[in-house]
Amino acid sequence: MAKEKKGVRLEHISKIYQDPKTKKDFYAVHDTSLEIAPGSFVTLLGPSGCGKTTTLRMIAGFESPDEGEIYLGGEPINALTPNKRDTAMVFQSYALLPHYNIFDNVAYGLKLRKMDKETIKKKVMDILKLVGLEGMEGRMTNQLSGGQQQRVALARALVLEPGVLLFDEPLSNLDAKLRVSMRTEIRRIQQEAGITAVYVTHDQSEAMALSDQIIIMEKGVVAQIGTPQEVYYHPSNEFVADFIGEANFLRGTLVSTDTADIGGHKVAVAASGHDVGGACTLVLRPESAVLGDKGQLPCKVILSCFMGSYQNYHVMVGDTLVKITDFNPKNRKVYQVGDDAWVAFTSEDVHVL
Amino acid sequence: MAKKGQGAALDRKKLMADPIMVGTIVVLVTFLTVFILYPLAILLVDSFVGDGGFSLSVFKRIFAMPTFTKAITNTLKVGFLVGILSTIVGLLFAYVEVYVRVGRGVGGLFKVVSMLPVVSPPFVLSLSMIMLFGKAGLITRELLKIYDNSVYGFWGIVIVQSLTFFPVCYMMLKGLLKNIDPSLEEAARDMGASRGKVFMTVTLPLLLPGLGNAFLVTFIESIADFANPMIIGGSYDTLATTIYLQITGAYDKAGAAAMAVVLLSITLLMFAVQKYYLEAKTAATLTGKASRGRMLIEERSVTIPLTILCALAAFFVIMMYLCVPIGALFPTWGYKYTPLTFKWFGQVFTKYKGLKAFRDSFVLSLIASPITALLSMIISYLVVKRKFKAKGFIEAVSMLAMAVPGTVLGVGYIRGFSGGLFHSSDWGIFSEGGALHGLFPNGLLGGIYGSAAILIIVFVVRSLPTGTRSGISALRQIDKSIEESAYDMGADSLTVFMTVTLPLIKDSFLSGLVTAFVRSITAISAIILLVTPQFLLITVQINEFAEKGSYSIACAFATILIIITYGSVLLMNLVMKFFGTSRKLKEDE
Repeated sequence: MAKEKKGVRLEHISKIYQDPKTKKDFYAVHDTSLEIAPGSFVTLLGPSGCGKTTTLRMIAGFESPDEGEIYLGGEPINALTPNKRDTAMVFQSYALLPHYNIFDNVAYGLKLRKMDKETIKKKVMDILKLVGLEGMEGRMTNQLSGGQQQRVALARALVLEPGVLLFDEPLSNLDAKLRVSMRTEIRRIQQEAGITAVYVTHDQSEAMALSDQIIIMEKGVVAQIGTPQEVYYHPSNEFVADFIGEANFLRGTLVSTDTADIGGHKVAVAASGHDVGGACTLVLRPESAVLGDKGQLPCKVILSCFMGSYQNYHVMVGDTLVKITDFNPKNRKVYQVGDDAWVAFTSEDVHVL
Repeated sequence: MAKKGQGAALDRKKLMADPIMVGTIVVLVTFLTVFILYPLAILLVDSFVGDGGFSLSVFKRIFAMPTFTKAITNTLKVGFLVGILSTIVGLLFAYVEVYVRVGRGVGGLFKVVSMLPVVSPPFVLSLSMIMLFGKAGLITRELLKIYDNSVYGFWGIVIVQSLTFFPVCYMMLKGLLKNIDPSLEEAARDMGASRGKVFMTVTLPLLLPGLGNAFLVTFIESIADFANPMIIGGSYDTLATTIYLQITGAYDKAGAAAMAVVLLSITLLMFAVQKYYLEAKTAATLTGKASRGRMLIEERSVTIPLTILCALAAFFVIMMYLCVPIGALFPTWGYKYTPLTFKWFGQVFTKYKGLKAFRDSFVLSLIASPITALLSMIISYLVVKRKFKAKGFIEAVSMLAMAVPGTVLGVGYIRGFSGGLFHSSDWGIFSEGGALHGLFPNGLLGGIYGSAAILIIVFVVRSLPTGTRSGISALRQIDKSIEESAYDMGADSLTVFMTVTLPLIKDSFLSGLVTAFVRSITAISAIILLVTPQFLLITVQINEFAEKGSYSIACAFATILIIITYGSVLLMNLVMKFFGTSRKLKEDE
């Protein structure tokens, strides 16, 4: 239904802010280049203050980049005001107009585009149906639940058939259960509408569930761009590994292309391009390892806790704390605090940094 | 690090793509410059070059005048005491309202007391003070049989100003006390502190910056007050009245300008301390939101004395205000109290051109109030929601106006815009002495002086800061992203303002409208210097009759004025009830 899917390209974008306390300038976003393909769902993910929202607001036009150029569908849009850009944003606080009812909220942008009444009515009704709010058009915004308000905000943006749809942490005000169902909904609607979407969040599971591509940002720069699988299994650095899911870091040296030495123990790893003889860090996901009577690394159990679907272990490998989630522990040996054991994993389960 | 050049340039470009915004900003900047900055600047010029050439000679001259140096000490003494008394009484009322369980009647009294000074002209209390406690006072003479009591002078001003300004402190402190988290005090109680101890060690320290704030605000109000010292000061002159006399009596415009600069420096200094030091501190100590309702104090040993104290104070204030309408009904104040008569009201209209006075005041205020309300909403919108270069200027100047006493502004306007008038024979002296004339003596704005336009502009400028301040706080309540979303959906600035911002602050706009109207129709300090004989203003009339000692006529005028202002406030409440946003949202729930 979108008239045209548009891609977004950021070329060497920087945004400088002033710290209100120290009065020093700093880069909120630094030399960021991105390519967002038409029709794709891309997430900007990172901790607060990483520059993701600033990036989004630059695409929307609320902030002006201090360096670089932003292209929407191939056209440079730096000098365009937000109302002239082919973008539509879904706000964190929904930002529904409280003095209008649902219909008027959704029709607001269409009226500004001087469409005739009949067309507006049809479009609004169609879009309300798409987001599952049929029959609610007469209600005021404060008569809706958080999830319904979110749908209105989404409908209001979608109905404009923008070249790109922008989401600014739209689910963070909802409770946990609703968040999960809404994100499925958002993904479905985006697919149905076939629209380009840029989505800002600090919630990594949301990013995983929604995205074709995840862009992880840290302190104003892009840390990694990739599919959810790529960033999870092949994080480009410790920050990414730690931010996406949980990770254990084992430090050692690379003794050959496929062997690492961790505290005197040889560990087989997948061959990587790292320098042999150099220091290395192994990323081991808690669910990738199990505890056993034999394995790759000896350890001492310091916490053992039954969680239902898994047994939660904290073990010490030398001086390093390693967390292990041992799934389906019903018919397996359960280790107790103080037990000596081995951490077992295969070379495919570790990622070398 | 790269320069912020491109971002700023793009922001500018985006702004320029919005001609309505740019136009509005230009108009605002021009308005503020011409009608606030320029008159103040001309005062500086006058006082430094007034006696020919740049020198401090004018200042030397005025500081050599004993009347002037006396006026400074007088003003500061009065301001200091009024500040303290108003803060104490205000605190008492605020504390009782927030902390103590009181009867319904007392609660109602509080509302009346906080309302009265808003709807009445600023000098009513001086009138009633003289009528109740003066030489021929109803209480002093008829009840106490004291025949030589004098209310004129220091104590008269102090009492009247404290009674006029304490409701301001009361409202300010009430807001702060409500923000103190009750659990802080409960924790102190729990650890074994008595009520008195809790008040001294928890409540009071938390409130201290707020008290300082309240003190300074009343201090500024007191030293800027013109009407009360004028009527009840007698020979005890303050800066505001001295400046007035210097210009209307001694025809010394350079001297008056220099005095105005001195007065302005004092108020600006106080304002700066209040704004930048104390307000920040208040916010820092009292950011906590009350987590839940406060357990009101119910011990009779506390409630009874406090209630009695407040009720007495409230009754006193109400009696003072009631004295005005009743005073207008007595045949001859001080001699003959019965039978009650409407003859003074009749005389207002038959003998003293009352109808014209009310029409002039009413029409001018009615024109000024929508301009004020709209301007202040636009300024608040720009200040809160938009970013652009001149924003700091607009915000600073409209706040600066708050610290400018009316008398100072009046003198500035005379100097800045007086064209023809000061060249005429009576006032000729003003053009001598090598003084500069205003930039617009006969030019572009030359015709403005003596016209209705300048009176309206003064009304607007005098009410603008209050309106802007309440507009800013109303707009801060509104999530910025609501307007951004409209902007994002394709609305330009004007559309956003008209379809989103204004409807959301409708109530605030409406109350700004009425506040501006009430402030304008009761204004006197700046206007008395600028009004020309073709306009009769009620407040000026009241002032004249009060000075002449025709209290009954003054009371009759004041009573009608209070009825008008109170009526407009009632009307506003009614309109808000039926069309206000709050009601609409409530209905839909």
